Amino acid sequence: MNSSEIPVLQADKVSKSFSGQRILNGVSVGLKRGEIKVLIGPSGGGKSTLLQCINCLVLPDEGSISLAGVEVDLHNKKSLYQLRQQVGMIFQDFNLFDHLNALDNITIALRKVKKISRTAAEKRARLELEQVGLGDKTDLYPAQLSGGQKQRVAIARALAMDPQVLLLDEPTSALDPELIGEVIAVIRNLAGKGMTMLMATHQISLISTLADEILFMEAGVIVERGAPSLLLVPGCGSKSAGFCDRLSELADGECKC
Amino acid sequence: MHAQLNAVVDAFPYLLFGAVNTALIVLAAMGIGLVIGVVVAIGLVYGPGWLKLLLSAYLWFFRGVPILALLFLFYFGLFSYLNIQINALAAVALVLGCTTGAYQANIFRGAIMSLPRGQFRAASALGMSDVAAIRSIILPQALRISIPAWSNEYSIILKDSALAFVIGAPEIMARAQFVASRTYQHLPLYLAAGLLYFLLTWAGISALRKLEHKVRIPGYSGEEQT
Ligand SMILES: Nc1ncnc2c1ncn2[C@@H]1O[C@H](COP(=O)(O)OP(=O)(O)O)[C@@H](O)[C@H]1O
Ligand SMILES: [Mg+2]
Repeated sequence: MNSSEIPVLQADKVSKSFSGQRILNGVSVGLKRGEIKVLIGPSGGGKSTLLQCINCLVLPDEGSISLAGVEVDLHNKKSLYQLRQQVGMIFQDFNLFDHLNALDNITIALRKVKKISRTAAEKRARLELEQVGLGDKTDLYPAQLSGGQKQRVAIARALAMDPQVLLLDEPTSALDPELIGEVIAVIRNLAGKGMTMLMATHQISLISTLADEILFMEAGVIVERGAPSLLLVPGCGSKSAGFCDRLSELADGECKC
Repeated sequence: MHAQLNAVVDAFPYLLFGAVNTALIVLAAMGIGLVIGVVVAIGLVYGPGWLKLLLSAYLWFFRGVPILALLFLFYFGLFSYLNIQINALAAVALVLGCTTGAYQANIFRGAIMSLPRGQFRAASALGMSDVAAIRSIILPQALRISIPAWSNEYSIILKDSALAFVIGAPEIMARAQFVASRTYQHLPLYLAAGLLYFLLTWAGISALRKLEHKVRIPGYSGEEQT
């Protein structure tokens, strides 16, 4: 077996219940290096829960998570910390550290987790901020940034840790329509550089152009999976096509841009 | 008038020494309370159920029993029962410290719980340990938010420190009472005592207000700089 065929990240038959209610029901997802998979489906379907189970922010009840073929010990805090270093996460509502400026939002984990010196961490942080077009915003605090800028800092913060995989949970959903573009551009740029990504999104342009595979999730189960070229053919009757049609109608109704 | 002024002037170095002791009691108590408060608050928010129960019992005890009763209980009761030699000043600092620790724990717990939960999750997602996330992300923000309430707590403990008088700690009240009972100049001496309390309150509160201003996070509370 060629080593490039071992998934960088594999979630296997992951199940999760909250107060007796089954939210994830045996979900499996694998990501090979450079692959981009997009999670879509109705709200409440379990997309966020799946993403958080994958980096163990939420511990799965059943199933396993493997990094480069090695199963993570879910009962060992240290191995969870190590998993999360390898798997970056972008949240819908940014979750920047409010008391730190853009630069230190990035340096803090480099220093506390990777034990990198302050100078080296700052150098790296500046580089990452430049990459997302915020080289001139290093000293600003989250409260002084727009939503789009906050999300770009969050992306820079995740990338500074050199993750093997990036998980994105509706990265543009909390943004005003005019700010979505700048974040999409950053994500496209990442895709161009070959970043491995698993992303929940309702952004049609990202779904149709970036996804190697679409995963349609409903009631805790992936009910449909396949390439956009297969699933998004107009009138093909797939759930994904229907869902994207409804999304674009909504988007058309909302803004004429 | 002259005699009264003279009484205060003569007693002033003596009273001032009492003020230094009062300040020491309060600083020690607030310091002890800060350590207890932070540790207990973290336990209350992040700890397992049995620990929360234990810590709640601590809060109820120190919030439920009057300080005067606590002073007697510890100084005349517990410490002598255990044969612990401790001077009155230290005993007062300890009792006040444990008391304000309970109140400070509540202040810090409220502050921690008022922070957006996502920040802890984001820290975890970056691979930070729970301890690192609490220390580098949660506490710096929770402590900032707590400064106004903490400043309140300072003025309360400062005034409660006058109770140290009853176990014979040589603080402001004890000194004023001692001189007053000998010179019969009660009014001017207790006025002077009151003035010293006021000055200590003012000094502490203005210092904390300065601190609050200094550590304010840019962009919040109308201080937009963009
Ligand atoms: N911590 C939690 N406690 C209880 N229920 C939860 C929790 N997190 C998610 N849920 C429930 O799980 C379901 C799936 O949520 P989520 O994963 O956020 O779906 P999606 O991201 O697809 O909208 C929802 O019904 C939600 O209420
Ligand atoms: Mg979601």
